[in-house]
Amino acid sequence: MAQAPALPTGFELPLEPRLPRIGSIDQVAVEARATDLSRRSIKREAKLFALDLSVRMMDLTTLEGADTPGKVAALASKAIRPDPSDSSVPSVAAVCIYPNLVQTARERVAGSGVKVASVATAFPSGQSPTDLKVAEARRVVELGADEVDMVIDRGAFLAGRYAKVYDEIVQVKEAVGDKHLKVILETGELGTYDNVRRASLLAIAAGADFIKTSTGKLSTSATMPVTLVMLEAIRDVFEETGRRVGMKPAGGIRNAKQAVQTLVLVHETLGLDWLTPDLFRFGASSLLNDVLMQIRKEKTGRYQSPDYFTID
Amino acid sequence: MSELEQRGDRAPIPSAWEYATAPESREIVKLQERYGIFVGGEFVEPRSGEYYETLDPSSEEPLAEIPQAGPEDVALAVENAREAFQNGWSAASPAERAKYLFRIARILQERSREFAVLETLNGGKPIRESRDVDLPLAAAHFFYYAGWADKLEYAFPHRRPQPLGVAGQIIPWNFPLLMLAWKIAPALAGGNTVVLKPAETTPLSALLFCDVLRQAELPPGVVNIVTGDGATGAAIVKSEVDKIAFTGSTEVGKAIQRELAGTGKKLTLELGGKAANIIFDDAALDQAVEGIVNGIYFNQGHVCCAGSRLLVQESIYEPLIDKLKRRLTTLRVGDPLDKNTDVGAINSRQQLEKIEELVAAGKEEGAEIYQPPCRLPEKGYWFVPTVFTNVAQSYRIAQEEIFGPVLSVLTFRTPDEAVEKANNTPYGLSAGVWTEKGSRILWMAERLQAGVIWANTYNRFDPASPFGGYKESGFGREGGLHGLEPYLDFEGAEVSGG
Repeated sequence: MAQAPALPTGFELPLEPRLPRIGSIDQVAVEARATDLSRRSIKREAKLFALDLSVRMMDLTTLEGADTPGKVAALASKAIRPDPSDSSVPSVAAVCIYPNLVQTARERVAGSGVKVASVATAFPSGQSPTDLKVAEARRVVELGADEVDMVIDRGAFLAGRYAKVYDEIVQVKEAVGDKHLKVILETGELGTYDNVRRASLLAIAAGADFIKTSTGKLSTSATMPVTLVMLEAIRDVFEETGRRVGMKPAGGIRNAKQAVQTLVLVHETLGLDWLTPDLFRFGASSLLNDVLMQIRKEKTGRYQSPDYFTID
Repeated sequence: MSELEQRGDRAPIPSAWEYATAPESREIVKLQERYGIFVGGEFVEPRSGEYYETLDPSSEEPLAEIPQAGPEDVALAVENAREAFQNGWSAASPAERAKYLFRIARILQERSREFAVLETLNGGKPIRESRDVDLPLAAAHFFYYAGWADKLEYAFPHRRPQPLGVAGQIIPWNFPLLMLAWKIAPALAGGNTVVLKPAETTPLSALLFCDVLRQAELPPGVVNIVTGDGATGAAIVKSEVDKIAFTGSTEVGKAIQRELAGTGKKLTLELGGKAANIIFDDAALDQAVEGIVNGIYFNQGHVCCAGSRLLVQESIYEPLIDKLKRRLTTLRVGDPLDKNTDVGAINSRQQLEKIEELVAAGKEEGAEIYQPPCRLPEKGYWFVPTVFTNVAQSYRIAQEEIFGPVLSVLTFRTPDEAVEKANNTPYGLSAGVWTEKGSRILWMAERLQAGVIWANTYNRFDPASPFGGYKESGFGREGGLHGLEPYLDFEGAEVSGG
């Protein structure tokens, strides 16, 4: 009766290190679990801890056609000192930008500890020839990016050409060398949680340092159940091989409450070890100000007008 | 910049993230020092003159004094119920009966926070569950049966449904208000009147419910609540009622059946269980783990349909048990009123002793015990969520209902063996099947001797779905149309010409 879970056609995983079974995800149950966890009531010092951590974990992002050096300079300042009136608020983890702005960002964050993350590989669609994508990834590293956020080829994935998706990630990983590679699955286009799990394991097998939910260019992005499915894939890989892969939900997390709920998800799925910017990031643009506002509210007991928080 | 540099690079991994306490306020509940029995629409002092204390099992703090109703109190309640039945309720237009049920349902919704806090205070269950499960379902049951009250002719075409008369109802302590709803809603919808006894340890929500009845202006005597221990229950069984509905232990159920033999009184029994939760190797593992947890640790395992016997296909035994043990370390055991508590207090000292006795037996018989590290409060009745592995079918922990947060794990190799092991019990209340294969779910459901079978989920309830047992788990169904039948008489049915 027992069969090994079927691997998708063309998806041949390297035998070493051993990977967990692909398995399947039950949609109803995974959504129920995510809802349950988002009902945790996080208050006072526990909340402040999560808010502070959320700032440290943030990849402050601007990915617009209209981005200019001026815009990125402002973003970099905000990243280094998110709340100029409160020196206890830490810097964010990184700024996340398009390749053309890597140099500007590099200069602006120099010496601050804030990392520069660049998208690459024909972001957001990934619909370009492989050699161009690999070249782009190599180039953004040369320009000074510390971290590279690549997209998978969803066209190939949905057509069942898993090997192509896999090979591309392997090549990009080679091209970026020791820089951190985050692999964007664009879960909103994958259609099922089974696919999200498959793509997560595939990206991890191919060498991803982080797996990331979304480009932020779709209306459906980092939902709680999708994040949970990816965290569980990371956990299974860790249990099986001891390898620690990071997670980055991006897009759709707009307020502090969602950020805290997401951290609860991480805490109760992967434990304390993942509560660090080395293994967990938020990709967001508007989230930071809400977190800052909540931090000030927790500290002073009062809400302040949004006008007191800078827009960058 | 040096300060920032320090912060930006290699943030330390935190040593702990303790969730701050988040207790639901108990201010909303106003308790009386002493209650009466609710008879004929009024609280009256028990003729027995006896009272006992009801406790908060999480702190052993006394909450109120409760009447220990004697046979004369029960007789008075039955008299009132009979009078209400004969003088109005049974002849009331069905739409009129529906009106009251709808009112009760709405009032329960409006006062749900108050009831949830009280349920948690008196029963020890986490507020998360009383708030998200007990209360919404209790209201849903009244809504559901309110809808049937004026459609009985259509529900049972050509069978001329008539009310039975006075129903004596005896309910358990695990879901005090929900079990009350399961019993009272179909009885009233069918045109009966009621004498109900809540469990000895959890009478408070039933007594607060009397306030709802008055608020809904339900005619006096239609619902009467008497409190007390098993002796009060026995008095109801012996009294002049037309029907007994009992939810509780198999032992007491058998005694009731013996007592009623030959009396012509109708009977439905919803008794114990030792349900198999069966995990096939193609199941979605992480979700199956959630289902196992929900199956046995929901309401501290005080659930008659709890998935207390886990049957795992051998080929996935290790990863599944690893995942389960890991998951147990995240269960939060403690103050039931804290919104983050997953597992609350054991309902009573007596129940705690029973659990401890069976767990000791499991260890002695040679099963391997796993309990996650867990700080338990000093006062109150507590038991750490427990998993027994290496359990043989013959062990007491695989045979007897523990009614606590204790799971016994067994393995199987083939679907046939799973069915055989699952059915190898005197009980037959429920079962769970976890597989991605639709055809196998149906194949299993045909063969499992259980009244309720869940596929890829566990402990889900809906008023439209009938619930009840096979074998020593009882007979009769509650919920759905099936749940109306035990409260109706069809003796005047037309004889069909076929």
